[in-house]
Amino acid sequence: MGDFIELQNVSKRFDDLVAVNNVSLSLKQGEVFSLLGPSGCGKTTLLRILAGFQMPDSGSVLLNGQDITRLPANKRAVNTVFQNYALFPHMTVWENIAFGLRMSRKPSQEIRKEVGEMIELMELGDHAHKKPHMISGGQKQRVAIARALVNKPQLLLLDEPLAALDLKLRQRMLIELDSIHDEVGITFLYITHDQGEAMSLSDRIGVMNLGRIEQIGTPAEIYEAPQSSFVAAFIGDTNFLNGRVCETVSAEYCRIDVESIGRVIAWNDKNLKPGDSVNLSVRPEKFRLFRNRPPDSEHRNLVQAKVVDLIYMGSSTKYRLECGDYILIVEQQHGRYLLDEKPITWDETIWLGWHAEDGYMLQRYEEKDEALMALGEDMT
Amino acid sequence: MKRSRVPMAVSMVVLVFFYLPIVLLIIQSFNASKYGGSWQGFSFKWYGLLFENRAVWKATQNTAVVALFSTICSTILGTLGAWTLHHYRSRIQHAHYLLVYAPLVFPDILMGISLLLFFVHMHIPLGLPTIIVAHITFCTSYVAFVVLGRLQDFDMALIEASQDLGAGWGTIIWRILLPVLGPGILAGALLAFTLSIDDFVITFFVSGPGSATLPVYVYSMMKMGSPAIINALCTLFMLVTFSIVIVGQRMLTKNIQSSQSRI
Repeated sequence: MGDFIELQNVSKRFDDLVAVNNVSLSLKQGEVFSLLGPSGCGKTTLLRILAGFQMPDSGSVLLNGQDITRLPANKRAVNTVFQNYALFPHMTVWENIAFGLRMSRKPSQEIRKEVGEMIELMELGDHAHKKPHMISGGQKQRVAIARALVNKPQLLLLDEPLAALDLKLRQRMLIELDSIHDEVGITFLYITHDQGEAMSLSDRIGVMNLGRIEQIGTPAEIYEAPQSSFVAAFIGDTNFLNGRVCETVSAEYCRIDVESIGRVIAWNDKNLKPGDSVNLSVRPEKFRLFRNRPPDSEHRNLVQAKVVDLIYMGSSTKYRLECGDYILIVEQQHGRYLLDEKPITWDETIWLGWHAEDGYMLQRYEEKDEALMALGEDMT
Repeated sequence: MKRSRVPMAVSMVVLVFFYLPIVLLIIQSFNASKYGGSWQGFSFKWYGLLFENRAVWKATQNTAVVALFSTICSTILGTLGAWTLHHYRSRIQHAHYLLVYAPLVFPDILMGISLLLFFVHMHIPLGLPTIIVAHITFCTSYVAFVVLGRLQDFDMALIEASQDLGAGWGTIIWRILLPVLGPGILAGALLAFTLSIDDFVITFFVSGPGSATLPVYVYSMMKMGSPAIINALCTLFMLVTFSIVIVGQRMLTKNIQSSQSRI
């Protein structure tokens, strides 16, 4: 099976704002694909183009090899779960779910059967004859999903479907969504600004920024091997070290001279040559803290740093360390390794180590993404 | 601490001020005395005379025809106007809004005179059609504002949701828009209806011979008829208006409740 849904060079502009800028994207049949990005990045516009609520200015949309770019929303085999559910307030849960089937003029016996099955799948049996204002947020969510799925669409679009729910319910619905997907096997396109949702649900993620898709990959690829500083900073937290390649150690490793810190070794997957300037992204949890200098090893970086702040977060502790001109964020589980070991406290000078392969080199680096990273830090 | 009685007293005074004249009118309509100077016993005779008065029947008929036609037209126009104001944004949006709003605050006498001038200029004979047109002009604005209020709570995503599920515009209007907005539209229509049946000033200017509506007829009766019959007429008239207002109010609050619990 080849590409199932294809967007080819799609662009959409609103007055002066380019909402979607020359985006090409293909989805495989049956996968859960998330479009992840901050608000205003164009992900919702892209969804509306796929749903048929908006026509792109240029480019085309293909579904199963058929060009559906100009096909209006009510003629597409695509259904949407709306952000605020958009359930019909004057209809019961049952009528809401049956609406799409009635529109396609199916015989009423078939409608009864299919709606009944969907109500059972979504465990809405007790609420079938209630109006939407009488059921809870999680139930509304399930009705919205049922209303879309009952039409057996080729593609299900989910527009921030969990945004209106509280944290606990969100986590439960995520698991439910996952099992619903396993059950129906329909391609899901999931729009969210919440990386946790995207990570846990998706087969692949497309990270969007300023109308473009910056990177497409599996959750692990996106997190471990970000290709731009935006992706590195938007997904999780990270530390950026700016430097210049000073020597290649082997085919796979090179040494980088980071101003005010010194030379560090890094995995050279980009085949950079000495003299190239580079940014190294190291995730907070990839560091290790040592009170005493551990033995050197070939691929371990070791630098000295001073603890300026520590934030106890329950399952882990966040440290802010002064290292050269940098303030680095380090996250560690705080179990003691040795019985006589005291916890690390303020103002201590300690050793900071990380493996060469845990530093990820970025060529596409923009200064403003550091602000994005700083924002994430304030929020914790 | 004892609760102050002042607010209670003030509201009693206001209520008495509002309703005492009406209560007096109702009592007088059952007074056997012709001029109501003194109580001369309970009687239905003015109601009897009222029902025998053919001119009153004619005026009632006129009022009903005018109210019916102007309500239907202004409900359609006002609803469409509200939809347009809500749905489409233009650079002169504010001006559009103002144009719809103005008839609500225009002095009736101004509307009456300008409509009269207009009809005379256009050589349109005054009669029921001119009254209907005049009523449509101001009722449309009221309907538009009532419906606009309902539209503000209307989730536009419902339209996209129904499109997404395969509905065309015909279905969207019949199955989604009218059922959801229906109570608001009906409340607007009832408001238009009550405004139309009570309007005096504008109607007075644009009515012709034989087309007097009830309020205009009451006015002429005040000058030369029997005040006691007017009392009976006004009591019945008020009953009708009141019941319409109560029904309308019910519709509105019911609609507000259901849209609130939706959120």
